[in-house]
Amino acid sequence: MSPIQIIFPILFVILGPFVGGLMDGIDRKLSARLQGRIGPSILQPFYDVRKLMNKQVIGVNRAQYALLLSYLLLMIVTGLLFFSGSDILMSVFVLSTASIFLYFAVVETGSPYNTIASNRELVQIMAYEPAVILMCVGFYLVAGSFNVPDIMQSETIMITRMPGFFIAFLFALAVKLRKSPFDVSTGHHAHQELVQGIKTEMGARNLAIFQIAEWYESALLMGMVALFIVDRRPLSFFFGALLVLAVYLFMILLDNTAARIKYTKMLKIVWIATILFSGLNLLVLMLMR
Amino acid sequence: MAKVKESPWVLHYDGSSCNGCDIEVLASLTPVYDAERFGVVNTGDPLQADILLITGGINTQNLSVVKQLYDQMPRPKVVVAVGTCACTGGIFKECYNILGGADKAVPVDIYVPGCAARPQSIIDGIVQAVELFQKRSDEHDAAVAAAKSGTQAK
Ligand code: SF4
Repeated sequence: MSPIQIIFPILFVILGPFVGGLMDGIDRKLSARLQGRIGPSILQPFYDVRKLMNKQVIGVNRAQYALLLSYLLLMIVTGLLFFSGSDILMSVFVLSTASIFLYFAVVETGSPYNTIASNRELVQIMAYEPAVILMCVGFYLVAGSFNVPDIMQSETIMITRMPGFFIAFLFALAVKLRKSPFDVSTGHHAHQELVQGIKTEMGARNLAIFQIAEWYESALLMGMVALFIVDRRPLSFFFGALLVLAVYLFMILLDNTAARIKYTKMLKIVWIATILFSGLNLLVLMLMR
Repeated sequence: MAKVKESPWVLHYDGSSCNGCDIEVLASLTPVYDAERFGVVNTGDPLQADILLITGGINTQNLSVVKQLYDQMPRPKVVVAVGTCACTGGIFKECYNILGGADKAVPVDIYVPGCAARPQSIIDGIVQAVELFQKRSDEHDAAVAAAKSGTQAK
């Protein structure tokens, strides 16, 4: 184990929520500026979570708390797996398990809003999962291994060999980060028809835990984006950060310019994009081998 | 004592208003006034709300609704009545179905007068509500801490 494999996971556990929260804050500020408003402070998400921690706990039931904690825990485990340089396919699977815990935390309240939102959450998982798994396959084909250090060690810069996988992953990312037009189960803006979607029955502490888990998730996903560029050279970390920044700004722009679409349409768009871009890329990689 | 006043989340309930005040409430969130710079989020969810903003009077049908919304909000919480209707019943006061202002259903902390209440005064009301929210939160924290030390002493 190289020192980087020990430092990165520790950094992730400590800094993950800060990075994710800051990204959230920048998102809210930039969105406000795009709409011609002044907007909240960049630290606003942290203020929100601090307040939520201090409110009276009214839970629908105890199971919700436990399930949300499992969601958070599995999210951290996913990050640990990824940043400590183990199997990328493994971390993607643990990530799906985390999403399932979130689904249970939502559906077990039985409220009508949550029931609809949890179904939509499942459709969202169905939509992005193929793109994410195919991305892992792409890494394997180029680097010859699923292990993150091996992918980083390979000679080629990943994005030059797998641009199609990257584009498909962007679609998955928009779904995963709950950005318009794919924010069908819950979003950063109020829903007309679902109140807060999957967040409807979460209040106080539970919502704070959900929020922190989402921050970990954004930090993790951005790590995956960076993997498309980062290799052993120190300069590549810089370019990786640039790519992450560009991708995130694009997501904010998308969020502010697109209207939410129906979940059936989302499923179609994301799957077609996956088949088209990932499929073509896969074909080319197979033929070149 | 945790600082909570940077993050007041508002639940807007439209009683039997003429919708004039509701439009002004929404106007407070638009680029011209932008209440979000105080961290205000217009949430539709009582479980996540800190400030209950009521426009329009209370009638026989929405009495239980307002009470339930108030009960679903976790402590600490603040109630703001926006517009003359919500303060006293206003222009609809004499109607057969109107019981009166929002205080017929729940304890109101801040009254914002005006028909319709102007966005400036609504934001002023919210800012005052935020101060009260901080005060209540401090009291809430103290009560929780006292209860904790009480159980430990036993
Ligand atoms: S106070 Fe005036 S504007 Fe506001 S709801 Fe009542 S009648 Fe309408």
